[in-house]
Amino acid sequence: MGLGAYIAVSAALFALGVVAILVRRNILYVLMGIEMILNAANINFVAFNRFNGGGLDGRMFAIFVIILAAAEAAVALAIVLNVFHLFNSVKPAEADLLRE
Amino acid sequence: MTPESHILAFDPGQDFKLLFLAFVLPLVGYVIQIFFGKKLPRKGDWLLTSGLFVTASITVLMFAKSLWAAYHGEEFRHHSGDEAGLWFHWFYSSDTVANGVPNVSAAIFYDPLGAAMLMVVGVVSFCVHLFSIGYMHGTPRYHIFFANISLFTFAMLGLVLSDNLLFLFVFWEVMGLMSYLLIGHFSHDPSSGYFHKWATKACKKAFLTTRVGDTCLLVGMVIFFWKFETFRFTELWRLSIEEIARHQALHPGEYPLWMTVGGLFIFGGTIGKSAQFPLHIWLPDAMAGPTPVSAMIHAATMVAAGVFLLGRCYPMFTPDVLSVIAATGTLTAIFAATIGTTANDIKAVLAWSTISQLGFMVAAVGLGGVVAGMFHMVTHAFFKACLFLSAGSVIHGCHHEQDMRNMGGVRKYMPVTFACMLASTIAIAGIPFFSGFYSKDLIILRAWENILGGKFSGASFFAAVGLPIAACLTAFYMFRMIFMTFSDKYRPGTVESPFAHHAHDEHGHDEHAAHGHDDHGHHAPAHAGHGHDAHAHAAKAHDTHAHDTHAKHDDHGGHGAHDEHATPHESPLPMLVALCILAFCGVFGGHFWLADPVHSLKFWEHAHTWFEESVSFQSLYGAEIGDKLAAAIAVDHHAEHSAHWVALPVSLTVASLGILIAWLIYGRGWERSQRIAGKITHSIHAIYEVVKGKYFVDETLGTAIVVDMKKKDEPRYEPDISVIGASVHFANLLSWIDRNVIDATVNLVGRTGAAIGKGSAAFDRTVVDGAVTGVGLVTQTFGSVARLFQSGRVQQYATFAVFGGLALAAWLILL
Repeated sequence: MGLGAYIAVSAALFALGVVAILVRRNILYVLMGIEMILNAANINFVAFNRFNGGGLDGRMFAIFVIILAAAEAAVALAIVLNVFHLFNSVKPAEADLLRE
Repeated sequence: MTPESHILAFDPGQDFKLLFLAFVLPLVGYVIQIFFGKKLPRKGDWLLTSGLFVTASITVLMFAKSLWAAYHGEEFRHHSGDEAGLWFHWFYSSDTVANGVPNVSAAIFYDPLGAAMLMVVGVVSFCVHLFSIGYMHGTPRYHIFFANISLFTFAMLGLVLSDNLLFLFVFWEVMGLMSYLLIGHFSHDPSSGYFHKWATKACKKAFLTTRVGDTCLLVGMVIFFWKFETFRFTELWRLSIEEIARHQALHPGEYPLWMTVGGLFIFGGTIGKSAQFPLHIWLPDAMAGPTPVSAMIHAATMVAAGVFLLGRCYPMFTPDVLSVIAATGTLTAIFAATIGTTANDIKAVLAWSTISQLGFMVAAVGLGGVVAGMFHMVTHAFFKACLFLSAGSVIHGCHHEQDMRNMGGVRKYMPVTFACMLASTIAIAGIPFFSGFYSKDLIILRAWENILGGKFSGASFFAAVGLPIAACLTAFYMFRMIFMTFSDKYRPGTVESPFAHHAHDEHGHDEHAAHGHDDHGHHAPAHAGHGHDAHAHAAKAHDTHAHDTHAKHDDHGGHGAHDEHATPHESPLPMLVALCILAFCGVFGGHFWLADPVHSLKFWEHAHTWFEESVSFQSLYGAEIGDKLAAAIAVDHHAEHSAHWVALPVSLTVASLGILIAWLIYGRGWERSQRIAGKITHSIHAIYEVVKGKYFVDETLGTAIVVDMKKKDEPRYEPDISVIGASVHFANLLSWIDRNVIDATVNLVGRTGAAIGKGSAAFDRTVVDGAVTGVGLVTQTFGSVARLFQSGRVQQYATFAVFGGLALAAWLILL
């Protein structure tokens, strides 16, 4: 299996993530979309690491991204909770205070 | 005896006071007369007449002094301010001179011209006063009449004595007013019938017509004052000569245009006052005044003032102005003389004669013959005053008939009047050894000198040909008048005339019902009781009416038993005395001037006369100015000599020719004269009608006076188109211009302003406001579009970001 297959999976995952961010009506699914994009990036890191000499640096970046994603998820869930608290909804379309 | 100590030497300390006394006496008399005249015995006539006698005596004495000075070859020009410190300060302050503001001060100026004129005014006015005692006796407003002629005299004395143009103008205007009051004397007297209506219009006409000239004079005065900043004659003469010299140094042979314009305006004053064409129209109608007033206006005062003004202003006239003056004068002389031949009213003949003679004087001044012109003014004043007073005497004697066709044969009844009138007529006709000959001959001589010497050719030629014609006509119509009035038999009622029996239909004054007897001036209407037909046959009708009037004529010594009273009667003594004085002056005025007291009475020699010694350019305007003026008109000796030999035969021929024709037509019986005159007028019918109609000048100017006796109780102040027609036409024209030109301009400006305002407002509203709101609107529009993108939805923003990123990537990759 060549590099193209990894990139194709990664690209599909990225595209799904983007679509999830843009179109899902529930803010939790949006968060999931973000996770999917991060993971698409991880696949890329790991794939390029393997096909470019097999060092540790690609894998290290992947681990950082996973850690980052965990932290991000914690912060994001806190935001989601506040948003729900504020708007009594988890729909991102209803949280439109930026409009003002 | 040294000249200084001689009794006839001019003494500034005393003589200016005498002159002032002579000048102010008539004014004092006027004031007394106005307030107390009615209460004084004889209504104050003796008071004013004796006052005038003092004035006349002073003027004669002073005149003798001027002659004495001339005889001794001394300059006779006296100024009371310079010599005796007698000033009248007007608009004066001692410190304004430095700032360039001219002062106006008046003083008495007494020179040979003034002396001669003053003497004329004094003597003629005295005679008129004396004559009026008889002529105006018993008429209403008798005292007012005396007051007015007295003030008239005062004005003329002031005009003559004035040393500056402004005061001359002041007295000039006073005279205009007095002529208005005196011509309109009968307008306050409804019982004077025809004269009442005529005078009411004539005085307005005279006043308004002369006003045109006065305005011109004022403009001319102001022009000269503007340039020279002085009104004093002596200053004006000097400055004018200097100005001309300065101008000619720059432009040889040319004269300052402004002086020509100013001079023409000043001459305009003369045209009005001295009745020159075309403003002569007032003078024949001035006959509506009482006859003594006519004598006064036509001889000594009013009309002489215009000629006197020319004499005073002569150095200020450029040759162009002089040419106009000469042409106007000659035209007037011929024009009026022709009309004089057709007039039947004895006063009208004299009126036209006056205009004609004034034309002679004016023409003389225009030809450079100031001396001749002034000489003629003096001689004419005497014989014309005598003629008018004689005519008044005849009218008085003939029961207020003025139409010569109703006279005839008066010589028998009024021998003294006849003698005086004949003497004056011979004088005016220009028969040698009578004064008029010398002055008129001098004028014709002047014209021929110009031609033969090659000066002022156009106007001079006109004058040299025209003046003898006018002189011939003068002799003709004057002797026509004499023959019609005095020869043959008395023929009352030959023609219908408005004078003797006017107003019969409106006045029934029984107390005046003195047919043919009323010596009361305008009380001729008196025939009220007679009915119309009776008037034409006075001689038959009078018997039945004589007795109720008899008491009225006790004080007229002239007529005896009342069965004579339809025939003319000689006038009372005061009138005859006045006539004789004037006749004497009229006949001998010329000799008096011409006689050389050292040598024999060689008055047929014109070349070297006493008059030219005493009144020459040098004596009139000072040696320096006089020399220049004399040089300007000088001709060579040969031409002068030839002119003498032309002028003398011409004068003699035209005078005798005129008299001969008059005798041939009118001198050989009334019936024959009517036949001959009828034939002549028939053969030149068209011309005769034009001349008889006075060339229709009045009709052209719209100033003809129509006296309609059928109209009763005419309102006195109705807007009278016929009298003031010219003024009204002019005012209408001005009003039209005002409405259609000036108002239109104002309206146009206003409307233009309004239109510009409206345009500006529209621009403001559309363009300026539009720009402001437009900017806002555009911003708003863009804002409302941009607002659509700001939904506040995070996902939407993210969509934009993603697709924007994709588009950017596509752009980077594909391009």
